[in-house]
Amino acid sequence: MFWGTVVYAVINSVSLTLVALGFNLTFGISGVANFAYGAFYIGAAFLCWIFLNTLHLPYLLSVVIAVLTTTGVGALIYRTVLVRVRGQALSEVIATFGIGLAILELFRYLGFIGFEYTLPVFVDKSFMIAGAFVDMQRIFIVIIGAALVTGLWLFTHYTSLGLAFRGIAQDERTALTFGMNSDWIATLSVSFGAGLAAIASTVIIPLGTISVSEGYDVLIRALAVCIVGGLGSTGGVILASFVIGFAERFTDTYVSTHWTMIVSLAALLIVLIVKPSGLFGKQKELEERI
Amino acid sequence: MKKRKERIDRGIKARSGDIFTVCSWREMTYLAFPRLLPIVGCLLLPLILSGYWQKVLLSVAVFALLAISWDILAQSSMVSLGQALFFGMGAYVAGVFNHYFGWSPFVTIPLATVLGGAFCTLLLLPVLRLRGIYFAMVTLIIPLMLVRVIEASKIFGGTEGISGLSPLPSAWVEVYVAVAALLAALFGFRRMMDSDYGLVLKGINDNDRSVMNAGINIYWYKVQALFISSAIGAFAGALMTHVYMFVGMPVFALDYSILPIAAAVVGGPGTLAGATLGAFILVPLSELLRGIGGLRIVFYGLFLVIFIVALPEGLFHYIQRKYFQFERLVEVEK
Repeated sequence: MFWGTVVYAVINSVSLTLVALGFNLTFGISGVANFAYGAFYIGAAFLCWIFLNTLHLPYLLSVVIAVLTTTGVGALIYRTVLVRVRGQALSEVIATFGIGLAILELFRYLGFIGFEYTLPVFVDKSFMIAGAFVDMQRIFIVIIGAALVTGLWLFTHYTSLGLAFRGIAQDERTALTFGMNSDWIATLSVSFGAGLAAIASTVIIPLGTISVSEGYDVLIRALAVCIVGGLGSTGGVILASFVIGFAERFTDTYVSTHWTMIVSLAALLIVLIVKPSGLFGKQKELEERI
Repeated sequence: MKKRKERIDRGIKARSGDIFTVCSWREMTYLAFPRLLPIVGCLLLPLILSGYWQKVLLSVAVFALLAISWDILAQSSMVSLGQALFFGMGAYVAGVFNHYFGWSPFVTIPLATVLGGAFCTLLLLPVLRLRGIYFAMVTLIIPLMLVRVIEASKIFGGTEGISGLSPLPSAWVEVYVAVAALLAALFGFRRMMDSDYGLVLKGINDNDRSVMNAGINIYWYKVQALFISSAIGAFAGALMTHVYMFVGMPVFALDYSILPIAAAVVGGPGTLAGATLGAFILVPLSELLRGIGGLRIVFYGLFLVIFIVALPEGLFHYIQRKYFQFERLVEVEK
């Protein structure tokens, strides 16, 4: 039972990392807190479902198209709306919140509610690991999560675009003098964030159903992880995912399922009291928080 | 020939800015009209409106109170995305005292205003050190998580809530209590924000470090602003509890967070009057749009985006400018 819980806790933590990664990328680079994140997450899943069941495309192809479309929508939203309120953090929050609300509630209005909205698992198999049944999809979550984290690290450290990303994140004006177009980098950061949300949703959602309320939950989970870890710090996000992921799974097994959300709330409040900038939140610590 | 737009104060605005305004009825009317319009309107509307629209007016007043509470917080540098926390806390405090102790609504509503405000302030105390969007993020999360706490611990009726609470004596009392509270909050807190005390709060928003430099403890001021704002929200919640005679998990719903923000953004943040104006536009509009069901919330979302991008100052500032100033095109000097 104990080791089984540990296995599931690891899987839960990795899926939390997956969920929070895109939000963190967008915020860390362009400073846009993308409150439409949950809408991207659910939107991608619904797109994938539509491609798969209405247009009868092959699964892999529909996943790829869904991810690319979401990435495009992210860029489009930045160019049409966010670029006009760039730099006014709270207007950005309200604008993205409004967009996310409109997208999610539109799906609800169009009648995308019910248990038939599911995505198939990639490979239908399961294993015994440490006395617990683990299906193939959960292993895919861990593999893809690890691959994305490594990929992002390599991307931001060894490609010129990635270095430009970090340059903008560190000091936008200095980066501008080096000829980096901060508006385009910000566009890319929002669209990459949306793309990561889409990847996370197509990997995680086969385990459950696609529901609109999940969109709000995902946003909240991503926010909780990012706040605990320290916004804009990938290391912090991973550590926070493991802290919250383990805490959730262990309360789930040993206390009661109902208490899992409360554990995240408690973790959030305790971290805020002890260290307001989050576990690893070094970046711009002084400027943005006191 | 290039032209530019020039704005000049109207003559009557300049004339009525002084004590001599009492010499002329016209100028006194000019000054008094914008103030008397909401007062007279709010007091007469319940008499004109029929049963159903009276209820709409009640919810307009409640959402306007929530929007005012949002605006006071926003003016003191705390932008909240979770007015539902204040609303729900007030609703639960009133409901619990009424249900378990059997106290009358006239005791529970003031009690819930104070206690609910205090609870919210205590809950948000650790978050006060956060600024800007960090504060916004946490306030978005807290009410949604509190719902889970109630669901999990099954306190106060759990998922089913508490029903059968005692109502207010009549529909007239309900609507006039709401309207009176709205007018008191609107004019009282507008005055407060113009006083020296309000100036400190606005200063915290503009540049908190320079306020600290002046030897003022900004956290103490933020606690006070938070208490004022959450007490207003808690009052709205407590009133609604007794109107619905029910309190349950829906009081923490996202609606109570979004509509006040939408009202304040549409009406124009920073003046309290704008927030009220926004509520008077959006709530009846949403009643009219009730036929299209869930699409309403889509429209709120789009309203938020359109107003924040196209008219960030909001309707109230726009109207105010037209009232005080006229515009004309003049040639651009070489």
